[in-house]
Amino acid sequence: CGCRMTLLWLQGATAAWLVSCSLFCFTGGHTTEILRLLSCLSESYSPRHYVLADSDKMSEAKIRSFEQKRAETFSNTKYYLDRIPRSREVRQSWISSVVTTLYSILYSLPLTYKRKPDLILCNGPGTCVPVCLSAFLLGLLRIKRTIIVYVESICRVETLSLSGKILYYFSDYFIVQWPDLKKKYPKSVYLGRIV
Amino acid sequence: VILCIHPSRAPQALQSRGYQRLVLQVGRGSLPQAQPGSSSSAVAVEVFRFKESLAEELQRADLVISHAGAGSCLETLEKGKPLIVVINDKLMDNHQLELAKQLHRDGYVLYCNCSTLVETLQSMNLSALKPFPPGQPEKFASFLDKVLGLQ
Repeated sequence: CGCRMTLLWLQGATAAWLVSCSLFCFTGGHTTEILRLLSCLSESYSPRHYVLADSDKMSEAKIRSFEQKRAETFSNTKYYLDRIPRSREVRQSWISSVVTTLYSILYSLPLTYKRKPDLILCNGPGTCVPVCLSAFLLGLLRIKRTIIVYVESICRVETLSLSGKILYYFSDYFIVQWPDLKKKYPKSVYLGRIV
Repeated sequence: VILCIHPSRAPQALQSRGYQRLVLQVGRGSLPQAQPGSSSSAVAVEVFRFKESLAEELQRADLVISHAGAGSCLETLEKGKPLIVVINDKLMDNHQLELAKQLHRDGYVLYCNCSTLVETLQSMNLSALKPFPPGQPEKFASFLDKVLGLQ
């Protein structure tokens, strides 16, 4: 898959290459993981849009805390929070999952269209699938080419999550954290443990 | 996981291994009820639902017993605390087992399920656990910089 970065912002005399990202955060471990992934990113990855499931209360606090700390080092740090309906609850039946996921895709399209991110970074459960698919669709329609980077959770050692199984085919870069998965999914990228 | 620990024979097992205090984070679950005259008086029990950060509690702990959630495991291992991971048999595809198994295979944690917790507490050798090396998010950052041409 090809990769083109779009210049977003040029500030004053110094060219500032700002990549507008969309990032996805979910409850518990997934949020912790994604914030760790972000911890070493430079200020080129700005502004950051965090997309959360509407039922997620705890992630917001973690994100604000992370961003506050980040603001101590980087002065022009910008971030936003968006909420979308959760596309699937744990143990939800297959049939109702298809319905709620379609609903989430419809909900995500205007959001992705409005934000037009250069980069989508996600690692999680159902909610990131509709957003990534909507970005993929906008790419097919030549409206916006977004680079989709999926990092499978460190919990996944031998098998992929359902989101992972789907987004393996739609992401530009699919990162796994254990060697067994790299063997099973050869198009994936293995960098070792990154969270 | 809470119900495996209290009320059960776990507090006795803990006491026999020299532990004096048991702190339970119960989340949204029901608060454990101490039975009168039960063995739970073997150790002093404290209970809370949520804390914004478990860092302080982790720092004070000599042993952590947890479910296999990534955040819990990683936070505990990074603080260098011995960890027993208890697997929830009722979770549908039980993928949590994969991480616990791998961490156990690599010698970082002990793991068990509800019914074998007491036995694990009685027979555990914590000094045999290996120190857990930190993850490297900087590798991810370099990778992303490279593929986006931001180097």
